[in-house]
Amino acid sequence: MPESIPETANSTLTSGNLHRSLSPRTLFNEVMTALAFLCGALALIPLLAVLSYVAIQGFSSLNFSVFTELPPPPMSQGGGFGNAIAGTLIMVGIAAAIAVPVGVLAAIYLTEFSDPHTVRWIRFATNVLSGVPSIIAGVFAYGIVVLTFVGLKWGSYSPIAGGVALAVLMLPIIVRTTDESLQLVPSEMRQAAVGLGATKFQTVWGVVLPAALPAIVTGTTLAVARASGETAPLIFTALFSPFWPQIWPPQQFIAPTASLAVLVYNFAIVPFKNQQQLAWAASLILVLMVLLTSIISRWAIRQRS
Amino acid sequence: MSFSITTTEPQETVFSANDVKVYYGKFLALKGISIDIFKNSVTAFIGPSGCGKSTLLRCFNRLNDLIENFHLEGKIVYHHQNLYDPQVDPVEVRRRIGMVFQKPNPFPKSIYDNVAFGARINGYKGDMDELVEKSLRSAALWDEVKDKLKESGLALSGGQQQRLCIARAIAVQPDAILMDEPCSALDPISTLRVEELIHQLKERYSIIIVTHNMQQASRVADMTAFFNVEPTDKGGRMGYLVEYDRTEVIFQTPKQQATQEYVSGRFG
Repeated sequence: MPESIPETANSTLTSGNLHRSLSPRTLFNEVMTALAFLCGALALIPLLAVLSYVAIQGFSSLNFSVFTELPPPPMSQGGGFGNAIAGTLIMVGIAAAIAVPVGVLAAIYLTEFSDPHTVRWIRFATNVLSGVPSIIAGVFAYGIVVLTFVGLKWGSYSPIAGGVALAVLMLPIIVRTTDESLQLVPSEMRQAAVGLGATKFQTVWGVVLPAALPAIVTGTTLAVARASGETAPLIFTALFSPFWPQIWPPQQFIAPTASLAVLVYNFAIVPFKNQQQLAWAASLILVLMVLLTSIISRWAIRQRS
Repeated sequence: MSFSITTTEPQETVFSANDVKVYYGKFLALKGISIDIFKNSVTAFIGPSGCGKSTLLRCFNRLNDLIENFHLEGKIVYHHQNLYDPQVDPVEVRRRIGMVFQKPNPFPKSIYDNVAFGARINGYKGDMDELVEKSLRSAALWDEVKDKLKESGLALSGGQQQRLCIARAIAVQPDAILMDEPCSALDPISTLRVEELIHQLKERYSIIIVTHNMQQASRVADMTAFFNVEPTDKGGRMGYLVEYDRTEVIFQTPKQQATQEYVSGRFG
């Protein structure tokens, strides 16, 4: 005869009542659940507080002229920061044009082509780069781009240098998110494509990338959001300007350029009410721009599938 | 008076494996397999887990090339060409020899694009709509999906997904189709449909099917190969071919003791 279940355990299970009791483990369970809720709420406080404060302060000083006018001199009324919006768009655009193709292709190399030994070092380097303080990216772009332009007598500070600094910051985010999303594509997908006689390029381009596209777009949006809020690297590279950026002729493009982040930094610390109001409005626009980028990219992905 | 009988005459061979040894690194996984696969017939590979039947299957379209440190000795002749000749391009091999996997793995694309993908990458110039319809009809899926070709292939049921994968393999117009336990993730009704499909498909294609299900082998296969596994002295496991014959011979009057025990369910 097989060993029987111990008599005691059996009898308590069948005869004990099934109502909730305040046994230690039930109590512990309740306390831990409450603690988790509390921490969740605490984490939401700074998030909501910052957003709502920016929204309240920003909306009250927002009007149409902030988009069309240039920053006012101290002590004067009105004005806007249309040049800073344009400058931010230009620099983030340059940064994305550099970082997105390089980052996505690098991630494809990592997951699809390279050997495990190389991969480890490149992933490590990417992680280090993502932890580098943004001011160092600024110094780097200053040394690489600004000083080169000075040497060539083309000018000095420029949106190109700003774009390069932001690209350095975007790159590790794009590589990491793309790398992770490509790894999540099941290997059965690759085998199915290869089994149909697809070449490596056809497999990656036709099957793996489309499957990973939503995650890649999310990563790129995150990177754009991070880059558009960066201030320190732009102080070294694009500086600031009270004038509109000039795209043509090219010599005039290489000139100090305004950006929303630097405008907020400059105007928030001056003692003039009007400038402070504009800094709040610019903060709000910056948040809304990031939000808009996120919404548009999600919408675009949904249209595609 | 006429009645059909299964012919035992030697048929045209599609694949001819000759003393094939498979290594992973230094470790021998399959020892000296020699087997002929016949045209327009269904050949089943059966045997306990780890006996290397899937490994051998994937040698026929060089899918094992994707595995690092995979290495093959011996020859697999396909229409008078050795598949493992250094001159042979594995991509060209896979265009002629289709594959259906254990788990249904449609691409995250529309039903239409799933079927059209293989033809597109192979530079198909004809009428794509017609090819898609023909392939889906051949896979007995057309009537179920004809009104929703633009919907995702992942929205189908498991059995439909597997038939979609078969349609996808057919659309490349292959010569042979390899099936790696195509029904193991399906319910009995879907399994039955796929088996009926295999019966129809063998008129045009040569099919090799790996299966764990011996009833399935006896239902669909003309020829059956039984593989077994033995431990090696280095602590690894090595697969080998025990017996290869017509299916009814394998299941009713096998020559080897091990085959007899396996098909009667006494081990494995």
